[in-house]
Amino acid sequence: MQLTLSEDQIDFQDMVARFLEASSPPTEVRRLMATESGYDPEVWRRLSSELGLTGIHIPETWGGSGFGPIELGIATEQMGRYLYCGPFFASSVMATYALLQMASDEAKTALLPGLAAGETLGCLVLDDLNDPVKVGSSLAADASGHLQGTAPLVVDANNADLMLVVARETGGLGLYLLDLLEIQDTPANGLRITPRQAIDETRKLCRVSFDHTPAVRIGDVTRQGLNRLWDHIIVALAHEMIGGAQRLFDSTIEYTRLRYQFGRPIGSFQGLKHRCADLLVQLEFARSVTFHAAACLDAGNEVAHEPAMAKAMASDLYMEVARTAIQLRGGIGFTWEDDTHLWFKRAKSAEVFMGSPHLHRERMMTMLEAIS
Amino acid sequence: MKDEDIRKELESWLDEHWSPDHSLVAWRSILVDAGWAATHWPTDFHGRGFTSQQAQLVQQVFANRNIVPAASSSPRGLAAETILAHGTDEQKARYLRPILTGEHAWCQLFSEPGSGSDLAGASTRAALRDGQWVINGQKVWNTSAHHADFGILLARTNFDLPKHQGLSYFLISMHQPGVEVRPLRQMNGHASFNEVFMTDAVVPAGDLLGGEGNGWAVAATTLSYERQSFRGSRRSAVNLDLPGRVYEEYAREQAIANEPYSWYPQREGRVDLVMSRARETGAIKDPAIRQEIARLLSMQQANGLTAAVAEAKRRSGSNEIVPSGSIGKLAASIIARQAAHVHTMIAGADAMAAGPDSAVDGMIAEVLLSVPAISIAGGTDEIQRNIIAERVLGMPKETRSDTGPFRDIKRNA
Ligand SMILES: Cc1cc2nc3c(=O)[nH]c(=O)nc-3n(C[C@H](O)[C@H](O)[C@H](O)COP(=O)(O)OP(=O)(O)OC[C@H]3O[C@@H](n4cnc5c(N)ncnc54)[C@H](O)[C@@H]3O)c2cc1C
Repeated sequence: MQLTLSEDQIDFQDMVARFLEASSPPTEVRRLMATESGYDPEVWRRLSSELGLTGIHIPETWGGSGFGPIELGIATEQMGRYLYCGPFFASSVMATYALLQMASDEAKTALLPGLAAGETLGCLVLDDLNDPVKVGSSLAADASGHLQGTAPLVVDANNADLMLVVARETGGLGLYLLDLLEIQDTPANGLRITPRQAIDETRKLCRVSFDHTPAVRIGDVTRQGLNRLWDHIIVALAHEMIGGAQRLFDSTIEYTRLRYQFGRPIGSFQGLKHRCADLLVQLEFARSVTFHAAACLDAGNEVAHEPAMAKAMASDLYMEVARTAIQLRGGIGFTWEDDTHLWFKRAKSAEVFMGSPHLHRERMMTMLEAIS
Repeated sequence: MKDEDIRKELESWLDEHWSPDHSLVAWRSILVDAGWAATHWPTDFHGRGFTSQQAQLVQQVFANRNIVPAASSSPRGLAAETILAHGTDEQKARYLRPILTGEHAWCQLFSEPGSGSDLAGASTRAALRDGQWVINGQKVWNTSAHHADFGILLARTNFDLPKHQGLSYFLISMHQPGVEVRPLRQMNGHASFNEVFMTDAVVPAGDLLGGEGNGWAVAATTLSYERQSFRGSRRSAVNLDLPGRVYEEYAREQAIANEPYSWYPQREGRVDLVMSRARETGAIKDPAIRQEIARLLSMQQANGLTAAVAEAKRRSGSNEIVPSGSIGKLAASIIARQAAHVHTMIAGADAMAAGPDSAVDGMIAEVLLSVPAISIAGGTDEIQRNIIAERVLGMPKETRSDTGPFRDIKRNA
């Protein structure tokens, strides 16, 4: 199994980094997070068409470049590092994976090329963002494909052209499609998309509710399939967290070199050195496990514990780095003016997005138990 | 004096004097004159020399009867305790009373951009010119400076002496042309602290506290009171929705004076909300979460008991060193962190949301974004650990890099 990035992958990583360094500086992050849509369409266009990020993991038959979770992870890691503001995670990770893994070939052929090109934006509606086992507890579809119920937390629903919905139906779960370009958000079709205030303003959140809303059924969703989808999403998320954590970690170490108290740089105090050294251990652990999880998915392994382990470790690590990043800056770290809080908020939000660490440790144990 | 006697005396005094129709200042003046405003203060200065437990009993009576107490918001208290300890009789006579009546609000002007943990590294300059002190420099993170009438100020009167010896402590009026206050926004959206710029600001000679060059010793008093104040904030127990002039004025005062502190309970982690949140979300059934709640509630209770033991020892006159300040401050921050962790576990993905439409009217989100402050404000966790290790445990001190004349010490510009 692959343990390090290939030369091509390193080149790809550098290209993404260069692009985001230029297009997503903190000033731009702050500007975009204060807007309703939360992203810059021109940056999105270039990211899709020039860099091809939106189709990186989509097979060539459907307009993508045919790479997999490792390359997607490289991209999301850099997005986490630069706190890229845009619907990439909702559309290219969540909605695209849902289509790839659960939709009929017909639906894939119809929808994936638009997503691959970044010309359509998707979002994935799950009524529970904690645990795959709970999905379907409040959203249901009737026999004629009408949806009923509420999903309290949907990422980037306000930006979506198409909405994929996992809903309960007689005998299980199904994947449903709402083409938002056709169905408007009007009372007549019972669809409501309500923007919500989020802890992490760089990722837009909505509440989505359906009241006898017509949708098209485009695929079967098994519990195992849902777990697999979940795992693909959390591995991309874990990469994003590693990217953010690394950025905060580096800038914090740098700060301890520059800041003087008691006649010496604060980084010369052993208490701070030890804390940073411990963090590095945690960071390297989480990074190795995350890369390994992507490699497992890439190798097409059957459902295993690695993704859950990666999400749990990356979440704990990111929060720990974020807390330290504020703490080691002292008063400055708690201000709005300093950028640290932007990453802190992403860390806090990502910690619970798609399952808190303790839930993933529980999932991990369930899987390990089943094997041995 | 027995608790029962205190209670009886206060109750009958209140029966006779309390009326909601007084103005706020008039009522508090009555309280001050009768010695019920700050009972733990010395008898010479508005108090009765009560122990802190007796003083708490008094506060409880006020709360039970829903009677407006003396003013007490935090930097005001720090100023009062420091003036009591180091002030001249004249200073005490001048400053203490308006603190209790609420006529004067105070702020703490200690931290600077270049000196936070290293408070003794302050470089704001105070020079005696024509019989008054002229102050130049910048302070930062000054909570409620935008509402303050006076500040307790640490400034350098001598740059050639070693850093601790060149400091002096001043009482400065905030209402003067040389003082400019600019609010700073925090990561949780509130703006309770400020930058304070002093350009040829003046302090009358009589407002030097504790003598020239004694600033560090005086500041130490303030800091030890400040550390103790982290034991847990007391929210106003008085119901403000009652008819009567004193309630109206009190409500108005609280709205302004307490505005910078509205998030302080949240930065302490809101342990009080944990059980109800766990029940209403069903998280109480999750074994992993139960463990963490139990851990949190154990810490919380242990901290209360540790403080009570320390207080009992102090009262019994034991000369055992009771390190309750730094331990309590560090404990508050460990508890707040665990509380944020528990609230996150309980909320799950709902913790992504914020604002009125999120858990407990946005309170949980505010906890998650406020807790980082408690391990910084009033001296960081690292500094508390150093104090515990070096002063309480007597472990060998770090080698110093800041000896010799202050002007030669390396520091940020
Ligand atoms: C909410 C809030 C309210 C505040 N209110 C006031 C106020 O009203 N008035 C006021 O004067 N100040 C106030 N402060 C300022 C506060 O006291 C300082 O922020 C704090 O003392 C830290 O100083 P600093 O910010 O300069 O950080 P620094 O001192 O630069 O510290 C940076 C990091 O270095 C670490 N460090 C420094 N020295 C050592 C050492 N010897 N060993 C190990 N680690 C070390 C610190 O622990 C910290 O992690 C407030 C701060 C906050 C957050």
